[in-house]
Amino acid sequence: MPSRIGTVIKMVQSIVPQIIKESVVNLIQKGERADGRGLDQYREISLETGIIKKAEGSARVKIGNTQIVVGAKPQIGEPFPDTPNVGVLITNSELLPMAAPNFEAGPPNETSVELARVTDRCIREGEVLDLEKLVIIPGKKAWMIFLDLHIVDYDGNLIDAAVLGSLAALLNTKIPSTTIEGDEVVIDYEKMVPIPIKEQPLMCTLAKIGGELVADPSLEEDDVLDARISVGLRADGSICAMQKGGSAPLTREEILKSIEIAQEKTKELRKSIPKA
Amino acid sequence: MKKNSFNRGDIILTSKLIGNSNKGSLITSGTKKRPDGRAFDEMRPLKIEAGVLERADGSAYLEIGDNKVLAAVYGPRELHVRRLLKPNMAILRCRYNMAPFSVEDRKRPGPDRRSVEISKITTEALNPSVFLEKFPRSTIDIFIEVLQAEGGTRCAGITAASVALADAGIPMKDMVAACAAGKSDGQVIMDLSEWEDKEGEADLPIALMPRTGDITLLQMDGHLTSDEFQEALDLAIKGCQIISEEQKNAIKNRYGD
Amino acid sequence: MLLIEDKQIVVPGEILAEGDFHSGRGTFKDADKVCSSLVGLVAVRDKKISVIPLQSKYIPKRGDVVIGKISDIRFSMWNLDINSPYSGILPAAEVFGKEKRELNKAFDVGDVLFLRVVDVDEVKKVKLGLKGRGLGKFRGGILIHITPTKVPRLIGKKGSMINMIKDQTKCEVVVGQNGVVWVKGKPEMERMVQKVIKTIEEEAHTSGLTDRIKNMLLELLGENTEKTDKTSKEEDFEEKLIQ
Repeated sequence: MPSRIGTVIKMVQSIVPQIIKESVVNLIQKGERADGRGLDQYREISLETGIIKKAEGSARVKIGNTQIVVGAKPQIGEPFPDTPNVGVLITNSELLPMAAPNFEAGPPNETSVELARVTDRCIREGEVLDLEKLVIIPGKKAWMIFLDLHIVDYDGNLIDAAVLGSLAALLNTKIPSTTIEGDEVVIDYEKMVPIPIKEQPLMCTLAKIGGELVADPSLEEDDVLDARISVGLRADGSICAMQKGGSAPLTREEILKSIEIAQEKTKELRKSIPKA
Repeated sequence: MKKNSFNRGDIILTSKLIGNSNKGSLITSGTKKRPDGRAFDEMRPLKIEAGVLERADGSAYLEIGDNKVLAAVYGPRELHVRRLLKPNMAILRCRYNMAPFSVEDRKRPGPDRRSVEISKITTEALNPSVFLEKFPRSTIDIFIEVLQAEGGTRCAGITAASVALADAGIPMKDMVAACAAGKSDGQVIMDLSEWEDKEGEADLPIALMPRTGDITLLQMDGHLTSDEFQEALDLAIKGCQIISEEQKNAIKNRYGD
Repeated sequence: MLLIEDKQIVVPGEILAEGDFHSGRGTFKDADKVCSSLVGLVAVRDKKISVIPLQSKYIPKRGDVVIGKISDIRFSMWNLDINSPYSGILPAAEVFGKEKRELNKAFDVGDVLFLRVVDVDEVKKVKLGLKGRGLGKFRGGILIHITPTKVPRLIGKKGSMINMIKDQTKCEVVVGQNGVVWVKGKPEMERMVQKVIKTIEEEAHTSGLTDRIKNMLLELLGENTEKTDKTSKEEDFEEKLIQ
């Protein structure tokens, strides 16, 4: 809302009733979840690409009812001075106020910023884009790829949805071909080529609840979890990014176990990606 | 493609001088086909779906031409900003926003002046339709996200928001439908495309409560004679009535019989 | 002249009748026309036309029983979220009488209570109370949320639907008029009740629901007995192997 421009707003914490906390924990300790899933089971996943024509790449991802629209748009700009020979990836996320009753309009809060940065790290360190192929004139002109995450419905586990949607959007992205004439870059919008892709990493998030690890936390589980760990893995199983969340600690064993579970889960998630 | 030299958000009435059309007031019921093949009084393909989001109290998704708009409603709900509280009625708050990837040249996230203005007029377009007195000291929050823009997003937003309000169970006197008419290539036309909006001679978006004929939004920019204005207004009203039928269908389909 | 039929789905602004008709709930009169103000089902009773909403918020009324969650503790009262645009206040006097005690020792933030709506004033300030049978704090169990307008359907005529559910699943079930339901029993039974209640919510506007729910319960209970039979058979088998 106009009156809020410029002010930083903390997300209003929703209070979880004790009853819900207890019932979620009790079930999990028995190996069950409130929605009937197994502890390592993901909700239904749907993935559509190329849905936004104005974006050079786009995807709409749903994990359960969590829904994100991802757009990728390239722009010509200057490479960063310390990396003159590679293109640039910039990731931004908006936790839209329509996504949940306690999300407020305004500049990105800490949750939104963390989401964007974790997604960015997974995509970047996972080497989705061959950034070297995105430089046009070293030191002067390169492609800047803007990845925008538009979260429209929040029902738990934003991180996995964001990474899956971002990967799908980038796989779907086409950029115009460029030729260099003297000092100038000539962009040919008639000749669109697929953006150069290297790897396809994905992220798997586990929540620690009642001493157990559950994959793909639902909204309730996100609200009651003690700790959370997201593991980003490339297709060959090597780790490219990780992020621990939540206020409680994790043990060394839990972290190693999470990676094991994530290996299996990312393999499954990969199947959701539409074939070119 | 030429770009507009004026930022619409700053100036409401601008004069667009086009060299070739000097037929003035008597171009009506044109037989000229428009760039996308439509007749002067033909609307772009329209699709509306109600109840598309899980968390929001009410929601709607709308496509008209290549526009893709999502609207969501929360409310009535508690209003924490005490200075906005009204003791005997609810307030309506609306936020219109465009996704960065919704337009050709990526738009920086966050409200710009155009979004701020559209948010205001959208609120004013919907206000008269809601029975606000039924919910004292509360707020009804409306969020409109443009996922893809192709001319006429403010009208698409209002239309979708109305469906979302109905979907949320909010009592209303009518569902507000919005449509633009204008003039392009010398003829008065209904439902301007992005190109017609940019290159045309006039743009007239309106919002209508169809049952009573009350007009709750009206903006105009360009160049129209009084006769042309009346023609355009009537075309826009007709467009709103067509859209109103689709709104009703969207709601009824949600509960499929 | 009636322009629609009983039980038809209508939308806001739709003209339902012209002429000598009365406007009931969910409708309004515009000159001689009765129009719907909501998305809902038409109910025609003689000359009175009403619209039953398919979706709506709970607006507290004096005398209602509701399930609320403590959201804040103030000087001499608790503030509760009662699944409504209006929060409710429970004065400390309702619990402690004239003595002064620490409020959070009785009820803390996150606790869920069954309360009565004692009073609602013109600006919708809601006062809650705990005096009455069965009112008080819930322990254990699960919570289910449904659209408040579906509560009567869930309860059924003279409690027929809700009692059927309670009897078949052997669960305690408490239904708040604000659309919050508390269920406590064996975990599989709690989940069964959840499924059943969700089905009732989705199909509340259809006919023959009571019979369908009866069959649904029998089916689910049958599956459950099979499951437990299988499990106990497997357990017997394992025991035999160990011996």
